[in-house]
Amino acid sequence: METHVYHLQILNLLTKLGLSINGKDKLKPQELSQVVGALKNETPQSRTFIRGIQTVTLIPGDGIGPEISNAVMKIFEAAKAPIRWEERNVTAIRGPGGKWMIPPDAKESMDKNKIGLKGPLKTPIAAGHPSMNLLLRKTFDLYANVRPCVSIEGYQTPYTDVNLVTIRENTEGEYSGIEHVIVDGVVQSIKLITEQASKRIAEYAFEYARNNQRASVTAVHKANIMRMSDGLFLRKCREAAEKYKDVKFTEMYLDTVCLNMVQDPTQFDVLVMPNLYGDILSDLCAGLIGGLGVTPSGNIGANGVAIFESVHGTAPDIAGKDLANPTALLLSAVMMLRHMGLHGHAKKIESACFDTIRDRKVLTKDLGGNSKCSEFTEAICQRMKDMD
Amino acid sequence: MNADVCVQRTRHPSRSSMALILFRAFLTCPDACVFQMVQDPTQFDVLVMPNLYGDILSDLCAGLIGGLGVTPSGNIGANGVAIFESVHGTAPDIAGMDLANPTALLLSAVMMLRHMGLHDHADKIQTACFDTIRDKKVRLKSLLGGLQYFCSFKSKFQTMKAACL
Repeated sequence: METHVYHLQILNLLTKLGLSINGKDKLKPQELSQVVGALKNETPQSRTFIRGIQTVTLIPGDGIGPEISNAVMKIFEAAKAPIRWEERNVTAIRGPGGKWMIPPDAKESMDKNKIGLKGPLKTPIAAGHPSMNLLLRKTFDLYANVRPCVSIEGYQTPYTDVNLVTIRENTEGEYSGIEHVIVDGVVQSIKLITEQASKRIAEYAFEYARNNQRASVTAVHKANIMRMSDGLFLRKCREAAEKYKDVKFTEMYLDTVCLNMVQDPTQFDVLVMPNLYGDILSDLCAGLIGGLGVTPSGNIGANGVAIFESVHGTAPDIAGKDLANPTALLLSAVMMLRHMGLHGHAKKIESACFDTIRDRKVLTKDLGGNSKCSEFTEAICQRMKDMD
Repeated sequence: MNADVCVQRTRHPSRSSMALILFRAFLTCPDACVFQMVQDPTQFDVLVMPNLYGDILSDLCAGLIGGLGVTPSGNIGANGVAIFESVHGTAPDIAGMDLANPTALLLSAVMMLRHMGLHDHADKIQTACFDTIRDKKVRLKSLLGGLQYFCSFKSKFQTMKAACL
């Protein structure tokens, strides 16, 4: 009797997730292990959410963080997005044993909600204080940094029609932090590439491409020079490509990508690469579309955690003066909605934001206008009301 | 991290017996550098950096000016050795057909003349080359597309820069 109830529960869960299984009456052990494996490997995009209000951990951050967070909350309210915000502060504290950690209530909130939205953080200049972003990355194993770079109509740059996504492996590579002095005047730095991390990021890139209707994934590497490290990374990308035949796979050397990127960025779609190359390329692409003030970013972690964030600074010189531009945080929040499957709300908010910028009537100073943050926010909210 | 060093030196010995050197050094990370480079490359002058960053940035900057077909390059060695080179490929599909663009190798040779102190000859050859390209009357096929892109980028960029000010 109990087994039958257990089977029914599994079958219901499978139907909910869109998976099917043969022979409803008899659940074979192999099929069960396949399902459990699929559930374990399930990437966040394919996860469905329970209908109703989703709670998201909001980390307003420092400097202009609180005001742009308020702008986003206001816009979401106007859009009637089914999101409930749970504000938390992640300023590092010393835990038992003297180790720096994020406050337990913040960690608990993220572990529970899985989805977070973060404003800019400043790292206190205290001796030995770790980078806040590094601490978050380690706490939640944020292995993928995703930055969609799309040209914004109304905010002109020398590059038009940019529409690409950089996916950066964020845990190892050149930033493994392993350095030592061989002899005086000779320093060695270790670039760590592992099969597990490379496989994980490669599969995530293809999954992202599939879920977001992107046509191709390009692996960016220097395997001609770094044969073993980038070679391993490239091999894992090729293996992942085999599993995702519906997505086109190409490989390109990093220097060639940079050369071609500044000549014609429209030839690129999704780019996946190890840590350092991702650091450089993601900032390059942000520069192409107009800077960090308009670039969204998402960090995908293990166990279904995802933190979306604006990547600009705290801008202390304009903090509290209602001059900040909330676009980056807003577009990151839109990315978050898409990640959660709330495409309708995402499209609505994004359209309102882009239309306001295209219109060029109400723009913050960094976008070339004279308006306040609140005026810009109000303009977006009004557009959404007009859409209804 | 790479260091951005700006050095200006008079090339006319008659003006001053002492070279005027303006030295402004600041450090910038490669990600911040590329970010600024695609938005306003005119803020940079001489950039010095380790191997990998140089691989990336040198190709990026070559892309900004039109590609490897117009980019000169020099390699400085110990014991006074210096080898100047074009950095494009061998283009086997057009080899022997009198279609190749010699600009990259020519500008590298001009670099070589400057390295040797033969500034007048360097100026003469460089001016003749640039004037021919600017003139647009006698142009190679490979320069058509690249140069058009560069011209439109440059004017777009300048228009945009003026608009933002």
